[in-house]
Amino acid sequence: MKKVVGWIDQRFPLTAFIKHELTEYPTPRNLSYWWNFGSLAGVVLVIQIISGIFLAMHYKADAALAFDSVEHIMRDVNYGWLIRFMHSTGATAFFAVIFIHMARTLYYGSYRAPREIMWWTGQLLLLLLMATAFMGYLLPWGQMSYWGAQVITSLFGAVPFLGDELVIWLRGDFTVGDATLTRFFALHYLLPFIIVGAVLIHLVALHQVRSSNPSGINLADKDNIPFHPYFTVKDLFGLCVFLTVYSYFVFYNPNLFIEADNYIPANPMQTPVHIVPEWYFLPFYAILRAVPDLLGGVVAMGISVMIFAAMPFLDRSKIPGGARYRPFYRVMFYLFLLDVLVLGYVGANPPEGYLVPLGQVATFFYFGAFVLLPFGSKMEEKWLRERGLPPEIVALMEGEEAQKQDRRKKKERRKGGVVSDDE
Amino acid sequence: MADDKNSPEDPQRRDFILNSATGVVAGAGVLTACWPFISSMNPSSDVLSKSTTEASLKGIRPGESKTVEWQGKPVFLVRRTEKQIAAMEGDGEGKDPQADADRVQNPDWLVVVGICTHLGCVPSRKKEGWMCPCHGSVYDNSGRVLSGPAPTNLELPPYEFVSADKIIIGRAKS
Repeated sequence: MKKVVGWIDQRFPLTAFIKHELTEYPTPRNLSYWWNFGSLAGVVLVIQIISGIFLAMHYKADAALAFDSVEHIMRDVNYGWLIRFMHSTGATAFFAVIFIHMARTLYYGSYRAPREIMWWTGQLLLLLLMATAFMGYLLPWGQMSYWGAQVITSLFGAVPFLGDELVIWLRGDFTVGDATLTRFFALHYLLPFIIVGAVLIHLVALHQVRSSNPSGINLADKDNIPFHPYFTVKDLFGLCVFLTVYSYFVFYNPNLFIEADNYIPANPMQTPVHIVPEWYFLPFYAILRAVPDLLGGVVAMGISVMIFAAMPFLDRSKIPGGARYRPFYRVMFYLFLLDVLVLGYVGANPPEGYLVPLGQVATFFYFGAFVLLPFGSKMEEKWLRERGLPPEIVALMEGEEAQKQDRRKKKERRKGGVVSDDE
Repeated sequence: MADDKNSPEDPQRRDFILNSATGVVAGAGVLTACWPFISSMNPSSDVLSKSTTEASLKGIRPGESKTVEWQGKPVFLVRRTEKQIAAMEGDGEGKDPQADADRVQNPDWLVVVGICTHLGCVPSRKKEGWMCPCHGSVYDNSGRVLSGPAPTNLELPPYEFVSADKIIIGRAKS
């Protein structure tokens, strides 16, 4: 064994890689369970890719055959029901895990320097995930599949001048049809592998800047512990809890996340009385509907997803630890969460009565939070400093400053050494 | 040195011209190579060939309507009553005013594409017109938008009466 590893190590940095990225990779010892969700998202991605490949062995991407082939998977294929429900529940699990992962980043301010590239690759991953989920949802070719795709592709009609041509190009037909289904299947199969690539970039960035932690500062070396075995074990424990919840839905409540209308084959001549997107798109859908103008609604929806990328610029406070040490930011975080839930409720129901103004008010607060943040965060910092920072933050900030000084000195000493060698 | 930069013999200047020329040619080549792939995503000729639909108007009584398929899209054929025709006179009350006379070839028959101009749902038939179940746009019996997020009236397909009770949708009136 040792000989084999030695043979490989001469040709490929296997041992060094494992040491550097796993057994000696320094991880803050104070990570809470909120730091489990990144690795969970990775596991869900693997579940989705494996179950998806096996579904593709039985699925037929043809408007005339697609609906029946899904029923064939459910009824005739050995364990087809299991693989299909794993995949459909997996989509929901993916978004749940990613939303929690994002909420943790927002709460603890993990998007701040030096982790901007992590945050932006994360934003890219969110977009890729949304595109993949949307295209996958068309494949069962049920009523909700069909009309969801019809509405979302119509959104591109709001593009000035080119709109109509763009929609026809995207669909390959005058309405969502066979050509649309086939290309969505091709892209739904492709995008997960692009996601894998983006995840690798996300991880390379992570191993450059290392994990953030609840204190919000870079810990001294003595406060880091190796990833393996401490966090492999913790992640595995989290995975077991996750799989328990996931299995409950796969085995006991798989249809909770599937609209009843989607068991009716797609009918281009009749729209279901009430169409709703999947739960993970509801808040954004509510924002789309809240703006009375089509182009305005589409733009608002696009911004509502993309605005998270601006967080490193919008949050101007220098207080570490995110919401933990920032009362104003904490209140705003929870209000924002509540607002997103309200938007989700509005998006899930027909646009009638009080829900119309409620959706508009909630949309206003959604964007208002981001507009307020640059001023609020600066004022909050000033107020906190005038009031006197709690001793634990002062200690944290001083500790970080001392570390920086220390590193700078070491660097200078090293440089000095080089110079003296030259002499 | 400054003089050298302006002289044609300056190697940097030649590099710039060469590099940009290479870049332009390569870029044009890449774009040309992309075009077949982009174009392949547009409707294929068999999709385009479904461009006309023959629809019979037989058996539709005044006040009734029928939906036929044209290019995969629903088209509403409505036989309007005298009362409905009278109510539709003028430009309508919506945000996209248009004379009813400009929207029909024969006032008895309204022919409109049954796709909401907002986000492409099929509006459901009501007595006074249509209501879109997706986002609540309301249309009158001339297919004109009265309220809701839809920006324009229901689209009018090109069509032609070939006899009193038969039309061809997709072929403009000659």
